[in-house]
Amino acid sequence: MLTEFGRVFIFLIIGAIFVAGGLITAWLVRPHRWYPGKLTSYECGEEPVGDSWVRFNIRFYVVALIFLIFDVEIVFLFPWAVVYQKLGLYAFIEMMIFLAILLVGYAYVWGKGDLDWDKPTPHIPVIKKQKPVEQAYAEEVTV
Amino acid sequence: MRNPEMFISLIKIVVVLVIMLTAVAYIVLLERRLAAAIQNRIGPNRVGWQGFLQPLADVLKLVLKEDIVPKSANKFIHDLAPVISISVALTTFAVVPFGDHITLFGQNIKLQIASVNVGILYILALTSLGVYGVTLSGWASNNKYSLLGGLRSSAQMISYELAMGLSIIGVVMLAGSLELDKIVQAQAGWKWNIFLQPIGFITFVVAAFAETNRLPFDLPEAEPELVAGYHTEYSGLKFGLFYLSEYANMLTSCAIITTLFLGGWQLPFLDGLGLPDFWLSLFHVGAFCLKVGVVLLFFIVIRWTIPRFRYDQLMNLGWKVMLPLTIANLLATGFVILLFE
Repeated sequence: MLTEFGRVFIFLIIGAIFVAGGLITAWLVRPHRWYPGKLTSYECGEEPVGDSWVRFNIRFYVVALIFLIFDVEIVFLFPWAVVYQKLGLYAFIEMMIFLAILLVGYAYVWGKGDLDWDKPTPHIPVIKKQKPVEQAYAEEVTV
Repeated sequence: MRNPEMFISLIKIVVVLVIMLTAVAYIVLLERRLAAAIQNRIGPNRVGWQGFLQPLADVLKLVLKEDIVPKSANKFIHDLAPVISISVALTTFAVVPFGDHITLFGQNIKLQIASVNVGILYILALTSLGVYGVTLSGWASNNKYSLLGGLRSSAQMISYELAMGLSIIGVVMLAGSLELDKIVQAQAGWKWNIFLQPIGFITFVVAAFAETNRLPFDLPEAEPELVAGYHTEYSGLKFGLFYLSEYANMLTSCAIITTLFLGGWQLPFLDGLGLPDFWLSLFHVGAFCLKVGVVLLFFIVIRWTIPRFRYDQLMNLGWKVMLPLTIANLLATGFVILLFE
């Protein structure tokens, strides 16, 4: 007897066979001609500068943390949603309390500015006003 | 055959996989031709009639190209990442029902590969796994562009995953089940969730665009700044796998949108026509394909007609608009259900 997840597993295996078949064929038929220049990292044709595993913005880390909290919340919401029609008002009020606690945290994160990302500040070029030619000429003549 | 159930499953799986891979190849062609039409070009039309053999030629070219792995890259993870991407993209389709039952050679066959009882959680879990393919490829390439692309992509995908999960909850509340075929059956007649859950539908579609890295949200691979982002260092078939998985993801999300919001394989007037069972089942599958096709066309047209977001706009939309909107939709749905009880 095959369970439903067993079918999913077979699907995964057959999919993997398709992909592996493609990769092995490609490995057999493609050329293998490499030299050191070919194997450098791409940096617009220049020699790569420094290490690529650079420091990055802390915001990515903060977003991942906030995501974790909300994702766990969603996992709690799913079983609630399935039985909601049977439980009625009781379930509604209970979930309101749960959501209210979470929304306090959401408001805190928002107010603290962790959801704000750097906006570009466009530099609008300032053009000096030039005098019209006639006026400039007239000034020159009077001097 | 001693074990017909196993045998039927195997045939179904192989048929679905072959159809999916062919469909994905032709979606690529469709997208290129449509993009050309929108931009007033001709597009690929030389290989075969109207370019119909172009996908084959593309695959052949990708197979014959050399596979270059940069010296400083982590070779194992560099190889693993596209495989993760493609297997996740294909496996998600296992739970999507593409028809009701069909009777063939005296066997009653269910037109769904696996009717998992936690279908929606399965889909959400697999879309979360999809992040790994992109992030690992970005990290393992040891290239600055790839790393930035991978980081952006992971932040974007996890942000929109929340909106995606929350917008499905309204549908689950209405159907009272996580099984996808039960959700389809709950939408019989004109009770499609697009009418009952319009806000949920819109937020889900937007989140689907962000999850598949399609154009208004394709910052992970923005050409002008990141030169293809996470797959800068990929070539040959491994690049092809990423390309394939992008389109397979698109196909799967169109199928999921159809299943959750557009009534799946149901067409309201079809059951009243009194067709024989066999033909009715075929028409159900046809209706499903038609709906998926319409959503696919929508995806493609959007890609070629709308400009790209800036990164701060993208994150603002995800966290400050979509999230409150989906929570409000959830509460409103709960309230309305209470009123009608």
